[in-house]
Amino acid sequence: MKQYETVIGLEVHVELATKTKIFCGCSTEFGGAPNTHTCPVCTGMPGSLPVLNKKVVEFALKAGLAANCQIHQYCKFDRKNYFYPDNPQNYQISQLYLPICHDGWVEIETSAGKKKIRIHEMHMEEDAGKLIHDEWEDCSLVDYNRSGVPLIEIVSEPDMRSSEEVIAYLEKLRCMMQYLGVSDCKLQEGSMRADVNLSVREVGAEEFGTRTEMKNLNSFKAIARAIEGERERQIELIEEGKAVTQETRRWDDNKEYSYAMRSKEDAKDYRYFPDPDLPPIHISDAWIEKIKAEQPELREAKQARYQEEYGLPAYDAGILTESRHLAGLFEETAAIYGNAKKTANWFMGEVLRLTKDKAMDPEQVSFSPKHLADLLVMVEKSEVSPQNAKKVFEKVFAEDIDPVAYIEEHGLKIVEDTGLLEETINRILDANPGPLSELLGGKDKVMGFFVGQIMKEMKGKANPASARETLMKEVEKRK
Amino acid sequence: MELEKLTALQLGEKIKQRQVSVLDGVKTVFEQIEKQDSEVHAYLDTYKEAYKRAEEVQKGIEDGTYTSPLAGVPIAIKDNICINGKKTTCASKILENFVPQYNAEVIDRLEKAGLVIIGKTNMDEFAMGSTTETSAYGITRNPWNLEHVPGGSSGGSCAAVAAGETYLALGSDTGGSIRQPSSYCGVTGIKPTYGTVSRYGLVAYASSLDQIGPVGKDVSDCAALLEIIAGHDTKDSTSMKREDLQFSKELTGDIKGMKFGVPEEYLAEGLDLEVKASFMGVLDTLKELGAEVEFFSIKTMEYMIPAYYIIASAEASSNLERFDGVKYGFRAAEYEGLHDMYKKTRTAGFGEEVKRRIMLGSFVLSSGYYDAYYLKALRTKALIKKEFDQAFGKYDVLLAPASPFTAPKIGESLKDPLAMYLGDIYTVAVNLCGLPGITVPCGKDSKGLPIGIQMIGDCFMEKKILRAAHAYETSRGSFAVPGEGGTR
Amino acid sequence: MAKIIDDETMENVCILAKLSLSEEEKEKAKAEMQKMLDYVEKLDELDTSEVEPMSHIFQDENVFREDVVTNGDNKEAMLANAPKAKEGQYQVPKTIG
Repeated sequence: MKQYETVIGLEVHVELATKTKIFCGCSTEFGGAPNTHTCPVCTGMPGSLPVLNKKVVEFALKAGLAANCQIHQYCKFDRKNYFYPDNPQNYQISQLYLPICHDGWVEIETSAGKKKIRIHEMHMEEDAGKLIHDEWEDCSLVDYNRSGVPLIEIVSEPDMRSSEEVIAYLEKLRCMMQYLGVSDCKLQEGSMRADVNLSVREVGAEEFGTRTEMKNLNSFKAIARAIEGERERQIELIEEGKAVTQETRRWDDNKEYSYAMRSKEDAKDYRYFPDPDLPPIHISDAWIEKIKAEQPELREAKQARYQEEYGLPAYDAGILTESRHLAGLFEETAAIYGNAKKTANWFMGEVLRLTKDKAMDPEQVSFSPKHLADLLVMVEKSEVSPQNAKKVFEKVFAEDIDPVAYIEEHGLKIVEDTGLLEETINRILDANPGPLSELLGGKDKVMGFFVGQIMKEMKGKANPASARETLMKEVEKRK
Repeated sequence: MELEKLTALQLGEKIKQRQVSVLDGVKTVFEQIEKQDSEVHAYLDTYKEAYKRAEEVQKGIEDGTYTSPLAGVPIAIKDNICINGKKTTCASKILENFVPQYNAEVIDRLEKAGLVIIGKTNMDEFAMGSTTETSAYGITRNPWNLEHVPGGSSGGSCAAVAAGETYLALGSDTGGSIRQPSSYCGVTGIKPTYGTVSRYGLVAYASSLDQIGPVGKDVSDCAALLEIIAGHDTKDSTSMKREDLQFSKELTGDIKGMKFGVPEEYLAEGLDLEVKASFMGVLDTLKELGAEVEFFSIKTMEYMIPAYYIIASAEASSNLERFDGVKYGFRAAEYEGLHDMYKKTRTAGFGEEVKRRIMLGSFVLSSGYYDAYYLKALRTKALIKKEFDQAFGKYDVLLAPASPFTAPKIGESLKDPLAMYLGDIYTVAVNLCGLPGITVPCGKDSKGLPIGIQMIGDCFMEKKILRAAHAYETSRGSFAVPGEGGTR
Repeated sequence: MAKIIDDETMENVCILAKLSLSEEEKEKAKAEMQKMLDYVEKLDELDTSEVEPMSHIFQDENVFREDVVTNGDNKEAMLANAPKAKEGQYQVPKTIG
């Protein structure tokens, strides 16, 4: 059988985390009642006019520069004309002729190693509204709350060859956008969406095969499944001697099959032309320099720094920087506590374990770094046992309680009350004459037994070192 | 006192002096409407609450809230300008029941200055037409001769001013839609520099060309109204930050040494002889006033109409996509599915001329033709602009007829759309290049129909054309009103 | 030579513009568009090879808004003109089969 290679390019839509829409002062907040975040502009009322949100340009520049793009310092918006009810003007304001960013790349890492994926362009555009299908009346209902939410569309070159590479690329973009603070990239809320352009060709062939575009991909898993499904469908066609048709297909993740979206009313001729309502944008060198200077440390840089500055292993540095949010918590905690290495251990152990156990998104972790730092200080000073500290941290993690007060209130603090310790030790010594005589006879092995007994009696509130020390003293007295 | 014969500023002054009340002005206008509008049909809608508004404004003038020289003066609004809570149809069936929930910026400005809005005026559907005959709600007739059109597309606004059915009006001008009907109706109208008056709330025809402008009985009235409506608006990205907006004080009458340029191609074949004679008369007057008048050549003239119609239609095809029966306006009663609803709604909702331009515009933007038509037109526009820039290196003001002929008879123009488009030859370049232009009456033909002269300035040079137009107007003397031989 | 407007072109224009014309109207529209295109062909006389297309007359200054929420809940005003509405939404024929 012939060997086939899959050729994949992606169009990724990322919703920008601005407070307002791209062309009007409506809120972009997710989840409002239908049409409560709308105005004449984002519902396409006659006579309304768009005014560009400056933050959208800044975010697009941040994203483009982070992805090594060139900038069109003179760029324009174009109208993309097509009729659909989620598109209130029946044209979408987008960029075709002079997209803000172009010709960049990002590096991905898969089991096969590192690889550069080239980015053809990134452009700014407005999102469409939401259509809900009303089964009762067999009609559709339109909500324009999302209409006009700013997007950047990131168009890759056809540089990917497997679903593994596609997922790595998407994760790379998501991480980058989150680090930049330009998008939260939540797939479930639709703030990151991908259309997959896919073709197959025989291994070694120079020409690309005919590609299809797949839409409606809502999760990384669906994307992976859609890629496998479409690859198989195309290979089957070729093996049967049939041609692949260039078309847009809709992936049905339940049926694991894609369907051609075809309609004779779909002319697919968008008649792009420069939007006369929006003057061109001039992006000065100074503006670009300013954005560059303000770029946050991205994951790769952070990872390297953790290794160098904190002496963390590459693996730990990689894990800790997966989420900018978590990395931020880590750095703040380490700064307050003063020992990055020990903080890292705690994150690698407790924080990640709890995040995983509770099936949380790293972005949702929200305890105060000060609280964890205080706890770590108490552990270091032997004011709380490591076992109790872990239990207390569960409370910090879940409810962000103040660990110092909590430990105090719940009597978990290790006591330096030598009177109580002496009393406890003597009681234990009296209760165990056998082991005591062994100890007095010079058999140090039973020390461990006694220390264990003491710690048990003290319910962890004793410091093992001072327990051992006091024990020695009391035994000495009985010699 | 025959109040209807006053200019807007004269009325405003009398109101200020308490010689007449705001209500008197409003009543006068309604009397004229009552008397004539069944024949002229300048209005699509009139607002009886103007009487109540008149009383409020009267109080506002008395307590010093309103200090504009036009406070208390009635004004009519072209029906493509949105007024909150008032039907705004663009003279189209597709917006037959559309009531905007917001004001156009110009409406806010008029209200702040204390003008009284009387009603909405008729127009060519979506401002596409040169005669006001493409309105879905009946034609408007020229008050000078009811057998003739008032011009268009702001025909209702110009006819209303000419008939004394209002003192002032707002029109919009995309390719001559204020200047040409002003000429046909013997009134004065200004198309300001692009970006001078906010387009927010003006239902777009061709966004890169549209401007709202004043229509009035004379230059002073128009200058005063322009002062009110001009100014930067953050809601319109194409609105300019200008500071030179004190127009009225430019009207000094002194144009000594001012340089006027006349494109000789504009006087070649196609120009009606009577219009030409009247035009030449203006040149003499200007010279007598101490101005220099020189002929020069504009080589891009024959490319203006093609470039204009490609650009305007392309933008219109996109601007009018939003009229689909989903969010507002007319929706066809019977349809099967989404696309059928779109088609039935738009086919029944738009008139013939609008459809013609939407189809042309869709075609010139379509795949395979974009470069050959649309981009070519944008390149041509750049050449035309360059030629005008050169002309303004030499001249303060350019002179042109407003139209090659006087108002045509009703029913004549729509027979041949292309011939009608050619009538825009003297006006479209002003829009393509963003220039300001004014039309002032300069005579009448043998049929008694008014003739207008157009003065064109460089971008932001309203002051020069206003000064020139006012000086000419003063020298010309008063201009008769329709139906009388006498003077105003 | 100007583009010849044939039935197929006319059909395509109607799909793009969402208009449906009767046969008679189509013939008329075809003829009118042909006439117009023949006329605008005049532009071909001009050598514009060295000229940049001019989309905007004034384009020196950037025009932006700050990212500040200025609009509240306008639902009722926005839906006031809807030909058909249901549960605070615009109602349209079913969009996906």
